[in-house]
Amino acid sequence: MYSDIVLEHFTNPRNVGTMEDPDGYGKVGSPVCGDLMEVYLRIAEGRITDIKFRTFGCGAAIASSSMASEMIKGRTLDEANALTDDKVAEELGGLPEAKMHCSNLAASAIQAAIADYYERHPDAQGAPRAEQAPSG
Amino acid sequence: MNERSVYLDHAATTPTDPRVLEAMLPYFTGEYGNPSSLYRHAAGARQALDDARRTVAEVLGARPTEVIFSGCGTESDNLAIRGVAMARRHEGNHIITTPIEHAAVLHTCEQLESAYGYRVTYLPVDATGMVDPDDVGRAITSGTVLVSIMYANNEVGTIEPIAEISRITRARGVPLHTDAVQAAGSLDLDVERLGVDLLSISGHKFYAPKGVGALYVRRGTPLLPAQTGGGQERGLRAGTENVPYIVGMARALEIASAEREAEAIRLGALRDRLLAGLLATIPDAQVTGHPTQRLPNSASLAFTGLEGEALLLRLDMEGVQASTGSACAAQEEGPSHVLTALGLDQVAARGSLRLTLGRATNDDDIDHVLRVLPPIVETLRAMSPLYAS
Repeated sequence: MYSDIVLEHFTNPRNVGTMEDPDGYGKVGSPVCGDLMEVYLRIAEGRITDIKFRTFGCGAAIASSSMASEMIKGRTLDEANALTDDKVAEELGGLPEAKMHCSNLAASAIQAAIADYYERHPDAQGAPRAEQAPSG
Repeated sequence: MNERSVYLDHAATTPTDPRVLEAMLPYFTGEYGNPSSLYRHAAGARQALDDARRTVAEVLGARPTEVIFSGCGTESDNLAIRGVAMARRHEGNHIITTPIEHAAVLHTCEQLESAYGYRVTYLPVDATGMVDPDDVGRAITSGTVLVSIMYANNEVGTIEPIAEISRITRARGVPLHTDAVQAAGSLDLDVERLGVDLLSISGHKFYAPKGVGALYVRRGTPLLPAQTGGGQERGLRAGTENVPYIVGMARALEIASAEREAEAIRLGALRDRLLAGLLATIPDAQVTGHPTQRLPNSASLAFTGLEGEALLLRLDMEGVQASTGSACAAQEEGPSHVLTALGLDQVAARGSLRLTLGRATNDDDIDHVLRVLPPIVETLRAMSPLYAS
């Protein structure tokens, strides 16, 4: 069912762990549905300098989070936010259709962590700007 | 990566026993006749079919005329449930079953409900998966046409009190069907002792090939045939009989019946050592199903904090083949319906593992699992947000 790359990332997942005082933290998924992902980000000058993750889920879920973490390490926040399930699956050498939601979850977890960072640092470069109130 | 192969998924399927294969071979190119043909050349096939039927009947403690051959356990379940329900449709439309049945029983009941207006009562099971016979009695109404309760559960191994239940269904005049697909080969199948009116078995669970099963139907039980045609199996299941496979299944059942008691002791001891070893070395692990009223070859556990498919993948890499009650796929999201019915915590149910031993299982296999499984559990838990080390 799984490519060699998926199996490699499953048996030797990269960046597993947690972080003290992460700059961005995201948690997505549902244990009842069988997957939960936690992402911790260290961010400096608009770039992801370090990433840690933990995953409760199947082989595809673990491999997807490992691959996604590698793909965004050292990237800018904009680049990381643009990560999609298709890109993760492609780097993994493909995932069965039934498992694409796992790579989607990995991308979502990263986006959640970045959104968390922006929420806590609204003045950071690249942060989405609030709607301007009408003047007068 | 380990080259050793430890197959512990006998509940899913079993290899065909060489003795069974040997019994089958004459009927492919030698005695290949259609049993319904009149010439001498088909007599061998006709005889083999009769002998096979007699053998199966003997193991079941039934009459040969009460044994119907089918293509598999699922077909037997379908024939039993739909067959009786439809045959008795003018007498009532109520069916009683349990939520832990195999999908073949559940989906057949569901279809009778949605397409034909039957009402289905799903009896509660306790935390070990056991049905209370008194609940059966309480659920029976004047419109109940069938009760279907499995003999032993495929996921957690729990053995249901079929003999007690049948005393109640007999007293109330309601036919009792039991799905004995998982029980056959491990437990006694005597239909008089069990008191059942219908009983399903499936060849590939007891070392016969896939593609053959049987249904016991007590004389006098009304049954509407599902497969109509040339009148084979007394008009109850048409289709040219699959002689080699029927011969194989009969031989396999004969062997299983002869070896059953010794195997139950041997497998029970291996299974108990496996469970004791795992519980001693892996924290936060629980056995699922009944502690004592369970199939001798069945070891089912749940480990908190990790997901079953990941566990299986790791085990596969260590040469161990097993099963889980966790499905993680876009179409089928959900922990097993059996574990849910047992009231197991939904997340714990995700970390379920089923190991089912068989004829080839030995002490070295148990040692291997005891060696490789604990580190795997530890590794998966270390990367899980749901487990605090």
